[in-house]
Amino acid sequence: MSAAIATERKGLALRPGAWLVWGAVVFFLLILAGVVGAVVVDSFGTRWFSGWLPSGWTSRWYGKTWHEFDLGNVLVVTLEVAVAVVVVSLVVGVPAAYALARRTFPGKRVLMVAFMLPILIPPITYGVPLATVLYKFHLAGKLSGVILANLVPAVPFVILVMTPFIEQIDPKIESAARMCGARTRVIFTRILGPLLIPGMLAAAVLILVRTVGMFELTFLTAGSDSQTLVVALYYSVSAAGIRAQQEIDAMAVIYTLFMLVLLVVALRFVNPTQLVTQIKERD
Amino acid sequence: MAAPAAPATAGRIALRHRLADRGMDRTLLLLVPAVVFIVALFIYPFVYGLQLSFQPQPGSETVQRYGSGPFADYHAFFADSYLRNTIWTTLKLSLPAGLFNVIASVPIAYRMRGKFRGKRTITTILVVPITLGTVLTAEGLLAFMGPTGWLNRLLIDVGIVDHPVRFTHNYWGVLFSLIISGFPFAFLLTLSYLSGIDPTLERAAATLGAGWWQRFRFITLPLLAPGLAITFCLTFVLAFSVFPSAVMVGDPSGTTRVISIAAFHAAFEQYDYSMASAIAMIMGAVELIVVGLVLGWRASLYRGASGGKG
Repeated sequence: MSAAIATERKGLALRPGAWLVWGAVVFFLLILAGVVGAVVVDSFGTRWFSGWLPSGWTSRWYGKTWHEFDLGNVLVVTLEVAVAVVVVSLVVGVPAAYALARRTFPGKRVLMVAFMLPILIPPITYGVPLATVLYKFHLAGKLSGVILANLVPAVPFVILVMTPFIEQIDPKIESAARMCGARTRVIFTRILGPLLIPGMLAAAVLILVRTVGMFELTFLTAGSDSQTLVVALYYSVSAAGIRAQQEIDAMAVIYTLFMLVLLVVALRFVNPTQLVTQIKERD
Repeated sequence: MAAPAAPATAGRIALRHRLADRGMDRTLLLLVPAVVFIVALFIYPFVYGLQLSFQPQPGSETVQRYGSGPFADYHAFFADSYLRNTIWTTLKLSLPAGLFNVIASVPIAYRMRGKFRGKRTITTILVVPITLGTVLTAEGLLAFMGPTGWLNRLLIDVGIVDHPVRFTHNYWGVLFSLIISGFPFAFLLTLSYLSGIDPTLERAAATLGAGWWQRFRFITLPLLAPGLAITFCLTFVLAFSVFPSAVMVGDPSGTTRVISIAAFHAAFEQYDYSMASAIAMIMGAVELIVVGLVLGWRASLYRGASGGKG
């Protein structure tokens, strides 16, 4: 046993490169822990001007920030926006993904490029003209405007995720159902529907996380009563000085917890390397 | 009447069949909602913005200074050094951030591409900053790297510096936030490209007597390069549109006044939507030039079997 450890140590000691790489990873994770930890510790502290830790501990900042920023309402708006975006983007995106997966037709490449552009172009670039148009039609500043703006990257994302997913479902299953006398509607509800549910679930969860975290588009289109959590957090930080720093940090912790719950739920359905292969297919 | 009608019906059926042969049938109707959506909410606003950028807003500063010609807003942008410099400010932040994220993720991914215990834990931890987003990262950086934060305290206690180092509210704060939110993304992408390279190629090189550097330089790197180009483009695009962190941990009126701040300022503080659209168009053009250059270079690389799927 000790001999095995000794050889292992020797093996590690022989490779300074390995130590450097692992050192860099640990360094990055430490900074990450510091960034998240500093916010959490501060949100529970009474006062923290000097020293490693705050002078006392309290949880009153949470109650305060909850009331002052009306977070209950903000959370409801955030969930409303996220759920609406998920439902609409699935209803619009999945049929389109089906047509793209099953048919080749003239102009398909052009259409694919048009669907991919909203993902490749950063939100601010198309967000400014989009917000201008939404203001022109008096949609911006309301919940509907925020939902419409957030749909722009969401629908292409559904198409991107679902097209390869539908491609790998054997079309013979549909043909067999048709031969047994199933009509188109029945094929969609009884045959394809159940087969598509895992893919739709993965797409829904990813869009939920993306929409809750999407800052730019919501920021450009939200009015005072249609802010999502991330925009409310941004405003509270940029208007700092009026309120205690701890209140803002408490809000950031609430946001982190909210995202963490979503992330844990998401990771039950999707695995992180799958995220990457989906991104890879953007190419 | 019946006689002429028959050929017409036949022609219609024939057309329908001809279209079906090329894949055009009723299934394509499923595309209609998505096409309407993308035209209404993406292409129309984009074209509207493009057209707006050629129509300077009456009464705006641009019209008073540069007239109301179609290129007045663009003229105003490039004539005003405060606006023009936002391009360099943005590139000075996004190019180093993108390069650093890609270059740093190569050795780490190279070391981690095999199977080992805890790999799933590490990849999961690395997904966290992607989901936290820039706003929370910026807030955390303010607390962690601020003048009384843990980092400065550590540096002072260890004796490396005498006075707190200024990490936030300047160029470095924004760069750190771009690296914290961009590096995990670049790393996960690089890792997946690296795992797509056939490891037997390296072993074959090793039997021919190649050292680890030669194996990396002449076998792995050429196969990985196309994937790295894509990774760079994606992290660059993310960093190029930096907005919240440039305001929160940066110096939004000076060294980190990036182009998205200028666009936002024009649209929602000066209410000059033409100028804002012009800035958005310039922003898109600059970004597409950089991405185009990188992808052009990528096209000259080997992209065959057993490459990093790039």
